[in-house]
Amino acid sequence: MSNDDQKTSPSSLNRPFRVAVAQIAPKLGDVAANLEMHKRIISETTAAGADLVVFPELSLTGYFLRDLVSEVALKRDSSEIIQLSDVSSHTSVVFGLVEESSQNQIYNGAVWVEGGVVQAVHRKAYLPTYGMFDESRYFAAGNRMRCFDTRLGRVGILICEDAWHLSNTVILGADGADLIILMGNSPARGVNTAELASQAVWHHIARNVAMFLNVPVVFANRVGYEDGVCFFGSSQVIAPGGSTLAQAAQLEEEILWATIDPSATRQARIITPLARDERLELTLRELERIAHERNQA
Amino acid sequence: MSATKPDSDHQNPSQNMHTSQPCPHATPAADPLTLNLPLVQKILVGFIRNEVLRTGLKRVVFGLSGGIDSTLAAYLAAEALGPENVMGVRMPYSSSSSETMEHGQLVADRLGIQSKTLSIAAQVDSYFSQLSPDVTRLRRANMMARQRMTILYDQSAEFQALVLGTSNKTELLLGYGTLHGDMASALNPIGDLYKSQVWELSEHMGVPPEIVKKPPTADLWAGQTDEDELGFSYADVDRLLVRMVDQRIPLADLENEGFQKQFIERVARMVRTTQFKRRLPLIAKVGPRTIDRDFRYSRDWGT
Repeated sequence: MSNDDQKTSPSSLNRPFRVAVAQIAPKLGDVAANLEMHKRIISETTAAGADLVVFPELSLTGYFLRDLVSEVALKRDSSEIIQLSDVSSHTSVVFGLVEESSQNQIYNGAVWVEGGVVQAVHRKAYLPTYGMFDESRYFAAGNRMRCFDTRLGRVGILICEDAWHLSNTVILGADGADLIILMGNSPARGVNTAELASQAVWHHIARNVAMFLNVPVVFANRVGYEDGVCFFGSSQVIAPGGSTLAQAAQLEEEILWATIDPSATRQARIITPLARDERLELTLRELERIAHERNQA
Repeated sequence: MSATKPDSDHQNPSQNMHTSQPCPHATPAADPLTLNLPLVQKILVGFIRNEVLRTGLKRVVFGLSGGIDSTLAAYLAAEALGPENVMGVRMPYSSSSSETMEHGQLVADRLGIQSKTLSIAAQVDSYFSQLSPDVTRLRRANMMARQRMTILYDQSAEFQALVLGTSNKTELLLGYGTLHGDMASALNPIGDLYKSQVWELSEHMGVPPEIVKKPPTADLWAGQTDEDELGFSYADVDRLLVRMVDQRIPLADLENEGFQKQFIERVARMVRTTQFKRRLPLIAKVGPRTIDRDFRYSRDWGT
């Protein structure tokens, strides 16, 4: 029940491609300054041979926006998105933004641009609203979880809390992901152990997604401080199966480079054919039973 | 204050590790007060550097008391901004101990930070000379703490600096500080560290042992020590607070862990009744967007 041959990815790259992960510290609420930074990084990494540039969650705006969300929200036809599309003719770029729909719903979003156009938009579907997080107050929740085709293959995006729900990983795997992008704004928390607790958890997630889906995973996390909260960075590129291809510094700005090789994905899928053996009908049947029983209760 | 270790000694908080009964099959969890010291140092140094520089300033000023909290804050600030950009102000009163001045000097010399001495005696005495002599010791102490704050804010204007806070998490939670006095600051690098953790990090950063080992005191009157005044040790209250506040353990369960009921209730009451000290003043709402209720912006807005 995989999507094997159901969809033909348009001219996917079959050669290894270079990924640049922009581990940045955006200015809070200053879209113009952050846009200039994005353009500079895209220009420099494109010149250095990047096929894909990945920015973290809310990279155009910063995180603790609170009432600023409506002031920094961008519609699909905004000049900022057009400007970033314009610099994507040779490089695919994915960045984070506050996205406003035509119905004026405001989302925590991610936009994938390539070949000069917007290829896809993902809207964060799971908004953390507990502890130090308050996203449901400020954002509408996305209602879609699906992969999209790019020149690098079929891609699924999970924005931060999205990745904490295994159901999303399962969906993107079933939808035929060749590459998973995890875009985070994860704060540094838990300083009682040798490894920063929040970092350890995120690296587990990235490795698990790569292992269970047998795809490469890019984890892009930001750094810097907002109102005393520190974001830890430590972005990663993980190979299919879970080994670490590259890892950025903790707490420091960095452009992290890695090469993703589609032939490694092929090898992993042949050695451990998890996707082949996935039983979508069984999953669906049991989930439907559970949903039915919950409705009865 | 606890059944497991009633005689614990604040000078060595690590003695208090793993005193609760382990579950038979559980791997022992990390002591919640133990710190990954190099990592915490890096986060706090980065905090000072980032949160100061983004305002367009590059300096901090703080009250140099020679106590452990302001000493640790000074060590962090000197690393973050360079010692030349850190100003410690000693603000003695006539009753201040000579140790306060000496240890303040020791810190300034060790770090190579700037320092100056400005007595608060004249302004405090001038004020109280207008009042009847039966003013309580607590009022005098609070007045001294607030006079020091006004001096720090004035010095911050001269030195083009932000005022660095030096209140730790234990005293902030207990409300053991003077509102608009030592609790006032622009930014506080140690406000999420319990006192035991302040000692731990101070030792790690090479604070002189005579400062780490001495009993903590506000030095607002002769012979005052925090632990005498509070009636419990920092080691004990930190172990209680980290369970109560950070790990959200219900009070009844804390009793089963060996903390005495009266101790739990007293500390919980202190936290509750001093909540006002940790918040902005109450604002009567009449308009559509009231500050901090439905007018919500981060302080670092636009930086």
